[in-house]
Amino acid sequence: MGSATIRAVDGISLDVPAADFVALLGPSGSGKSSLLNLIAGLDSPTSGAVTSGGKDLSKLSREQLAQYRRYTVGMVFQAFNLIPRMNVLENVELPLRFAEVERAKRTDMAKQALERVGLGQRLLHRPIELSGGEQQRVALARALVNKPSILLADEPTGNLDSRTGTEIMNLIQELNSASGMTVVLVTHEQPLAEKYAKRLVSLADGKVVSDQVNRKAAVFRGEA
Amino acid sequence: MKLYDSVELAARNLRESVLRNSLTTLGIAVGVASLVAMLSLGIGLQRLASKRLKSSGLFDTVVVTSRRDLRFNRDQETSGPTPAESPDLDEAARLKIEKVAGVVEAYPELRFITELRFDDKPHLTMVSGMAFSSKDSDSLEGSAGRFFSSDKAHEAIVQKTFAAELLGKPAHGPDEINVAEVAKPLLGKQIVMQYAERTTSGTDKDSASYSVISRELPLVIVGVTDLDPDSMRGPARARLFVPEALLEGLHAMQAYDNRDSTRATSQQPLYSTLIARVSSASKVESVEETIKKMGFNTFSILDATKSMRRFFAVLDLFLGIFGSLALTVASIGIINTLVMAILERRREIGVMKAIGASDRDVRGLFFAEAGAMGILGGAFGVVMGWIIGRVINFGTNIYLHRQGFPAEHFWAVPWWLVGFSLFFAFLVSLVSGLYPASRAAKLDPVEALRYE
Repeated sequence: MGSATIRAVDGISLDVPAADFVALLGPSGSGKSSLLNLIAGLDSPTSGAVTSGGKDLSKLSREQLAQYRRYTVGMVFQAFNLIPRMNVLENVELPLRFAEVERAKRTDMAKQALERVGLGQRLLHRPIELSGGEQQRVALARALVNKPSILLADEPTGNLDSRTGTEIMNLIQELNSASGMTVVLVTHEQPLAEKYAKRLVSLADGKVVSDQVNRKAAVFRGEA
Repeated sequence: MKLYDSVELAARNLRESVLRNSLTTLGIAVGVASLVAMLSLGIGLQRLASKRLKSSGLFDTVVVTSRRDLRFNRDQETSGPTPAESPDLDEAARLKIEKVAGVVEAYPELRFITELRFDDKPHLTMVSGMAFSSKDSDSLEGSAGRFFSSDKAHEAIVQKTFAAELLGKPAHGPDEINVAEVAKPLLGKQIVMQYAERTTSGTDKDSASYSVISRELPLVIVGVTDLDPDSMRGPARARLFVPEALLEGLHAMQAYDNRDSTRATSQQPLYSTLIARVSSASKVESVEETIKKMGFNTFSILDATKSMRRFFAVLDLFLGIFGSLALTVASIGIINTLVMAILERRREIGVMKAIGASDRDVRGLFFAEAGAMGILGGAFGVVMGWIIGRVINFGTNIYLHRQGFPAEHFWAVPWWLVGFSLFFAFLVSLVSGLYPASRAAKLDPVEALRYE
């Protein structure tokens, strides 16, 4: 790493209202993923504060942070990050295990979440037996299963072809518009962000270079 | 995360790298097996030694002798009166000893070598009185037939080697004789005991003179006992027993009569040895203490086993240490396996944390894996240790047999050892899991997720 201090996120001030859909744009290394990790409570800032739902994340204990990630935040990654030796249902049930939900109830909740992302079958398949689009649906179901209020998506379409990528983005947009889920999307694809997000925040070298309402978003065109 | 879920996930993880985890578990099994084999050997040897002592019939008796009696002077008490000042072991002393708390009765040890006739063949052996109160004593365990019908019955209980001798059966060792087998043809048969009666002559009460008359007494054999005549000093060192009260009434010549007659001042009998029967083995020590304070020498199983018990405590400790060494190596194996698992599952741990796993959940998962390996290894190890013990026992017995010794069970796996080994294996594995589990729990999720 070297001894030089790298400010991945530097002096950013950002306020995301509930039910907003924000796209964090910027080239790789611009700090957008780091910002997402801060919002997720996976990382903590050296200075400044991340406040979510009125709670200062830096003031939370490790256990409270885990609970915050468990109940308030759902995460979707570029690499899907499913557990390879668990089948679809078990992957989606995993957050419920941490939440100590009863076994019988878990299966129902997981199935509901999977149906919501359009996966009613192949529940007993392992991730490797699924297509990329299907894997990302499973990951999305896993993020939703504890009914969080915030969805954090880190390049969710990065490993998908454009057709399945569109399907995933439509799903995310639907979650935002139908359930009022706050979405923070990290992407480097300007067109994708412009198509779905209500607000575009561009980052470069850890700083915000532009922050604007996306007039071109589907929601404003009345399509969604 | 609930315990059940942790265990289920752990089992799944263990199955995933089945070869590596099996090898680690095998390591624990070998460790536990060596511990079990070592300790069971120690326990078995101890049991073997205790069995011999138990059949000495000394577990609930205290042998009391005068301090003037130089025969038992080896471990002379340094405290209390000197031999010259110590009291006589007479009738008064007997009554005093009988009043000691915990003493059921005190009676003189009556023992003499004499000739017995059975089937018109003479047999020379040691005859001893057996107190009627020994009826309920556990020293008669493994006997056949019954106890004396009364404390003056003309009945006899024979020791099993003597029983074999009476039947003309040659035997190599006491363990080869089946009590029930030799008892069958003997019970109810008559055996004639010859003895010398000591009678005081005349009316001169102060005189210590006496005369000896040869007598015969027919006895009915009612029981055969398993007591080992060669094991210990004390009442069991005879091969034919008659009721104590009957024997006392016979005034049979005792080996020490000659010697004591030179110093006895009156007609009052002086006893060479008194035997105090104690109500339970746990009271032997306190009774011994009290009698010692009276100025007599005492001897009991406690004295006999003191050094033996110390020896076995040390032996068990050493065997335990050697056994534990293998388990220590095994626990390093667990640490190694789990640290490897952290490296392999780094990303997965990161994902779990990102979707809401707490430090405790991750720690619990690794603990469950360590514990599962410990329990599996422990169970397998107990079985292995048991088999190893069996094989050693078998092999040694073949050797003993060739050397002309009877087979012995010098190896035992009591249930508590099984439980202890399983618990110990579990504990060791949990301790081994301590470091990997906390390392996994502290993993930085951002780093872990970046890891490819």
